[in-house]
Amino acid sequence: MPDATGLELLAQEIRAAEGAGDDVILETLHFRDRATLTIQPRAIRLVLALLRTRGYTFLASLHGVDYYPEEPRLGVIYELLDMTRVDRISVKLRLPLEQPEVDSVTPADEHAPGWPTANHQEREVYDMFGVVFNGHPDLRRILMPEDYEGHPQRRDFPIGGEPVIFTYNESELLGARAPRPRAQATKPGVQP
Amino acid sequence: MSTVEHPPGTSAEHTPGVSEYRRREQSITLSAVGEQLDQAHTDDSHAELLTLNFGPHHPATHGVLRLLVNLQGEVVRDIKPIIGYVHTGIEKTAEDKSYWKVIPVVERIDYLAYYFNSMAYVGAVETLIGVEVPKRAQYLRVIHMELNRIMSHLVWLGTSALDLGAISMLWYCFRERERICDLFEMSSGQRMHTRYFQVGGVMEDIPVGFAAKLRTFVDEMPGRADQYKALLHRNEIVLQRLRNVCPLDTDTLLSLGVTGPLLRASGKPWDLRKAAPYSSYDDFDFKIPVGTVGDNYDRYAVRMAEIYESVKIIGQALDGLPEGPYITTDRKVALPPRHELATSMEALIHHFKLVTEGFRVPPGEIYFPIEGPRGELGCFVRSDGSSKPARVHMRDPSFVNLQAFSHMAEGSYIADMIATLAMLDPVLGGIDR
Amino acid sequence: MEIKRERIDGEQLRIRRLNSGQLLRGGDLQGPSQPAHLDGTDLDDDEFERYVQERVLTTTLDKAVAWARSNSFFPATFGLACCAMEQITTVAARVDIARFGFEAFRASPRQADLLVLSGRVSIKMAPVVRRIYDQMLEPKWAISMGACCSSMGIFNNYALVPSDKFMPIDVHVPGCPPRPEALMHGIIKLQKMVQNDPVMGWRERYDAVGTEEITSSA
Repeated sequence: MPDATGLELLAQEIRAAEGAGDDVILETLHFRDRATLTIQPRAIRLVLALLRTRGYTFLASLHGVDYYPEEPRLGVIYELLDMTRVDRISVKLRLPLEQPEVDSVTPADEHAPGWPTANHQEREVYDMFGVVFNGHPDLRRILMPEDYEGHPQRRDFPIGGEPVIFTYNESELLGARAPRPRAQATKPGVQP
Repeated sequence: MSTVEHPPGTSAEHTPGVSEYRRREQSITLSAVGEQLDQAHTDDSHAELLTLNFGPHHPATHGVLRLLVNLQGEVVRDIKPIIGYVHTGIEKTAEDKSYWKVIPVVERIDYLAYYFNSMAYVGAVETLIGVEVPKRAQYLRVIHMELNRIMSHLVWLGTSALDLGAISMLWYCFRERERICDLFEMSSGQRMHTRYFQVGGVMEDIPVGFAAKLRTFVDEMPGRADQYKALLHRNEIVLQRLRNVCPLDTDTLLSLGVTGPLLRASGKPWDLRKAAPYSSYDDFDFKIPVGTVGDNYDRYAVRMAEIYESVKIIGQALDGLPEGPYITTDRKVALPPRHELATSMEALIHHFKLVTEGFRVPPGEIYFPIEGPRGELGCFVRSDGSSKPARVHMRDPSFVNLQAFSHMAEGSYIADMIATLAMLDPVLGGIDR
Repeated sequence: MEIKRERIDGEQLRIRRLNSGQLLRGGDLQGPSQPAHLDGTDLDDDEFERYVQERVLTTTLDKAVAWARSNSFFPATFGLACCAMEQITTVAARVDIARFGFEAFRASPRQADLLVLSGRVSIKMAPVVRRIYDQMLEPKWAISMGACCSSMGIFNNYALVPSDKFMPIDVHVPGCPPRPEALMHGIIKLQKMVQNDPVMGWRERYDAVGTEEITSSA
């Protein structure tokens, strides 16, 4: 992992890169020996291409997070790996719910090769969170049925499920206290 | 085909003992048909593509994977995998449960590598909390993980050989798997999905006969693996079906995010147990098998060799198993031993708090990668300070490796595609989560 | 007290044996020929002879056929998730279902008559499973193996469907995953069901006669 100073130097290089600008890095975090860069969503392709030239050539994971109730609500995290120095760095970006769009890193363009590994992983983030990746070759649902409505892993999507019936005439015995389908959302931070 | 040419030097009437039919048969040439076939090969614009659906239910025992295959004759031109038929919403379920209760939920993601799933999750939570795992627990974790790696490779070998047609391998591999499941049952009480790894260590110390039984297993397993090698390694059918079939080079694999035995088969010696050791893997001396060409045979050979290496690791771990606690002594994270509940009030309070609410994890995000039997298995945990995780995501290796399938199988025959799917070792539970 | 012994002739014994067999099997004297009164006096002699003979032959043959059917299920190769691993282990050497005659796993559902639903049925997979079950020919049975398909298992969420909701299941085997011995227990229970009560069509078994949906297709 790059240590804290290494992370800051990396952040400076990214700010100094052309097309970026000073506000491209929102936050650098060094937590438990792991480095995280939070960037502006518009610059994701630039930052990843830059990190590729610095040695982080392997995109290990691309996943989404729902930060409810903090705003901006949706986040996408890119885990990069440098195999020669065994270094990892996370690049994080936050998206508001009203406009969950970001450039897809899958396709190549004239400046840099793409990251083909992001193909299925971006589709999964789209399926589960609703983040739209502009420029993705084939953005459609991957895990849920094609005509499913809703994005299941958002925090305000109900967890669903069947009521657990413990005996065949439970509704008569318990009356109003019989279990109903679980419709309430998973509220964050609530004690069980 | 209607031209009947007499071969030079013979005349139809003068050859004795050969019937008219036989003479006519031998004198027919198929040159006209041969020309048509050659044309079809080179003239792609007239080729018709047939889209065949290898539906979610098919005899290849790799789970419910649906493939849309574009075929030109018997040659595969494009493959589109369609997944989601075992999607269980595990990550969403995990947000609803306290950290302790997530362990059995997360174990069921990749159902052949359950110890690895729980190790990735438990490692992530331990890093977030900052708790240290005692040495004995680390060695026990290594023993169980390597046993699970052997078991996963055995199941892979049995089902892949079944796909290739070597049906008896299934019974031999599952015979060994039974022995490993017996060991798991001895240590934790369950054959599969054992909940053995806990945050801070392992659930229980190993029982009395475990070391002896493990020792016999370690002594006998290389001999059994030699038997499998004797059946398959130099087998003419295996060689013809797997050698030089569907190779893929390292650069394409890296750009597709492939890790694990598939990457090692193409020549890159990347293994997280050596590169970024976790859970005392650096105490053990083992090699990483690496292939050369990257074809199906190398993928098969790499996994076979990994079985031997895992046996070595288990032997070393068993020899060097240190004494000590099997779970961390931090009572805020791990349950106190039951005998303390009768004497100590704090132990009782800790027990109560841990069982009802569970421990709280300070807010943060972590990504914890380990080397699973199929590649880099990483667990991302985000905590918001409460007793339930706010996001659990498993970076499953099969999910990412599946993207390489169409690159591998393009231009090969259907039978080679099936063999490549077998060598890819996809586990649909991990792909769909 | 004096015990009176009565001599019963062969005919009376046969009638009594038949009637008691009927009662033990479930009581209702329904069948292709007219139900006779318990002491066999409603039919006159010829009809009665015929009734008795046809009964004896039919029930013994039926029993033999049911026994053969129960000992030679052709399971369909159908494994979904973790339970499939234990299902394959049931085929393997330690708990060997070939002892019971079930080793002929058929890949095509048209040739199979037992569907062992092993694993979690997601909402994308449920119509596929139903289609496979419909493709099987009568008589067919289904075993729901494991907690995820019997009830929702530990994943009580949006993505799973309990198998009872879309297809008729004969035996539910609990466990997560059930041990191979537990699956054997479930299969043997199904065997007993088939031996004793061989109602062929699933619609009769599950009281679903009249629920066929006839779609107009060209």
